[in-house]
Amino acid sequence: MSKNLEKIRSPLDMEPLTIEVHDVESASRNRTARNDLILICVFSAVVLASPWLLAPFGAAYPDLLQRFCIFGIFAIGFNIMFGLTGYLSFGHAAFLGIGSYAAVWSFKLLTMNVLPAVIFGVLCAGLFSALIGYVCLRRAGIYFSILTLAFAQMSYNLAYSVLTPITNGETGLQLTLNDSRVLDAAFGIERTSSLPVTNLFGMKMSGYPGFYLCAIVLIISFYISIRIFRSPFGMMLRGIKTNQNRMSYTGINTRPYLLAAFVVSGMYAGLAGSLMAVTDPLAGAERMQWTASGEVVLMTILGGAGTLLGPVLGAGVIKYFENIFSSFNAQTLHSVFSFLPDGLAEFMVTITHPFVGEGWHLTLGVLFMLIVIFLPGGLMEGAQRIGKLFSGGGGKSEAESPAGQTKPAE
Amino acid sequence: MDAILLQILNGLDKGAAYALIALGLTLIFGTLGVVNFAHGALFMLGAFCAVAVGKVLNYDVVTLDPTQTTPWGTPVEIRTPIVQQWFGDFGAFMVDYSVPLSILFAIPIMLLIGVIMERGLIQFFYKRPHADQILVTFGLAIVIQEIIKAQFGANPIPQAAPAVVSGSADIGILLGFDPGTVVYPYWRIIYLFFSALIIGSVFAFLQFTTYGMVVRAGMADRETVGLLGINIQQRFTVVFGLAAVVAGLAGVMYTPILPPDYHMGMDFLVLSFVVVVVGGMGSLPGAVAAGLLLGVLQSFASMNEVKSILPGIDQIIIYLVAVVILLVRPRGLMGRKGVMES
Repeated sequence: MSKNLEKIRSPLDMEPLTIEVHDVESASRNRTARNDLILICVFSAVVLASPWLLAPFGAAYPDLLQRFCIFGIFAIGFNIMFGLTGYLSFGHAAFLGIGSYAAVWSFKLLTMNVLPAVIFGVLCAGLFSALIGYVCLRRAGIYFSILTLAFAQMSYNLAYSVLTPITNGETGLQLTLNDSRVLDAAFGIERTSSLPVTNLFGMKMSGYPGFYLCAIVLIISFYISIRIFRSPFGMMLRGIKTNQNRMSYTGINTRPYLLAAFVVSGMYAGLAGSLMAVTDPLAGAERMQWTASGEVVLMTILGGAGTLLGPVLGAGVIKYFENIFSSFNAQTLHSVFSFLPDGLAEFMVTITHPFVGEGWHLTLGVLFMLIVIFLPGGLMEGAQRIGKLFSGGGGKSEAESPAGQTKPAE
Repeated sequence: MDAILLQILNGLDKGAAYALIALGLTLIFGTLGVVNFAHGALFMLGAFCAVAVGKVLNYDVVTLDPTQTTPWGTPVEIRTPIVQQWFGDFGAFMVDYSVPLSILFAIPIMLLIGVIMERGLIQFFYKRPHADQILVTFGLAIVIQEIIKAQFGANPIPQAAPAVVSGSADIGILLGFDPGTVVYPYWRIIYLFFSALIIGSVFAFLQFTTYGMVVRAGMADRETVGLLGINIQQRFTVVFGLAAVVAGLAGVMYTPILPPDYHMGMDFLVLSFVVVVVGGMGSLPGAVAAGLLLGVLQSFASMNEVKSILPGIDQIIIYLVAVVILLVRPRGLMGRKGVMES
């Protein structure tokens, strides 16, 4: 419809010009397509090879790698909402929790197979995010944040109190020996005396197979997020972030786009939640608390909101340092600083001690503040700045040129 | 009837705490236009001022009393707080009244913290988007919380109200109900009056002093006030400090009701934000009214009769109200037209 209008209105002599523009456009589109292909290839290679790549850092065990992937997925999904549209949701952990509960119920009632659990989890989270999003998206800005927060707290409180038959309250929902598991029974998988392990068509999802499942899902999610970023739909969302009023003036109803983005990111959260249940079939309400929502905000900001790689990077960095720092104690600190002279080492230990072990959240808070204050674009922006510093040979003029600054980090 | 009265009273003291925090939040939002997610942490800091004062006053020396023996045959240990040893009866009085005394300590401390926070951090965020303000103050809240946790541990630390007022009043008798039906602790009554006093003095400060008048003018039109040659920024900094003091005092006085722990701030913050939204962003009377209202509503929702009809309603009533208000009347109960409405 709109294309027809354009044709009618454009005068004939403008034709060659528009074709030229199209050529440039398609060329640049080809270039981004090629870059994206390279990006996804490199990304997949890095993710799949991470057991070897991360071995020198002491992070190469499936448990932690799985967590990287799961929170990576969660952050990618959150980024589709916050990074593209600028709507800051403080309640995404609710969808994570819903995904977890749904997946565990699928394990209990249907089968120990992972596939139905994941699908069920994603669908449930999608449904809830559609409901919550429909209400919350009537408001923008800080109201939206508070509404999502209110809904997440409501789900959390309900999961702890009234919904105990579904969520098993404080103990958390877990597998038991006498769950029905209808499908498993139908396919003749006999019951064992111990608790069954989640599987993908017979392949046990513990250890490295579990990690590779998460890794592949992460790569697929990343690919989908690239497609969304490049699609007209993604452009719409960016338009909403830049200037929603102008979007409305051009006659576009932005709410369906926002709702779609919200549902997509809710489904991502559900996916992450169900994968969490796959690696450990236990779902607790604390996953839905608003501090958990804060964590994913943190990951996205740390990596760089609105960038493709940023959220995964942020999730990886936070989970890695959480793992490293929270296991530190005074003794390990002493050995770390043992190369220093005695007095200085003692001093360094006293200085750093509050920031590690139990105090890991303190480090996180400080880091978070520093990032928001000095590097609002996150690590990706930092990397870009450093890159510019090297490629420009300390060229001040380039750093100051507006073209270099307006280009969004990606 | 008596049950209803009791619920109203029960709700009022929690509501008063919400109202005080929400009042500070609204003051900050109205003057500086900043959404302060660290305000709950200020409430918590106030509570820990009381804990610190209590700790200092309760430093004790152990003396052995040879005249008495324990069942194990050792002399009885008598612990006397040092202040009591130094000042005698006055010292004992100080130990007993440690919570009210902490108010004197908390006012300068909270004012200082508020001013440092505003000058050191918040002032750089006036021009940044609301999302950035939320994020940086959220980070600050985590930092404050963790520092307190490192200093005082993770367990709640109970504080005692002065012995004179540690009992309960049987209000029911005064109003002609049966004795024992409407029993209400003295301290909560004090808390109510204290909150009313603070709220009253904040309003009086804004309404009846020249300083407050300028602040109100600045809230209405910051630029014009600036053009008149008034350093409005400085006054807003003081207002931020004032808001911190209000939150801190709410925390100090709340310690005998709820033993403070490091995450009490976050719990109250979420609710206070809801209160601000319900009352209307930028409306001071709205914040107070909504705080009391929601406190009472929550208290009613936790009655057994209500819970048997609508299970779980006590957990979600406040959020439910907020959702309804935001959808039906987005500027809140008493919000100015057009504030945050887009």
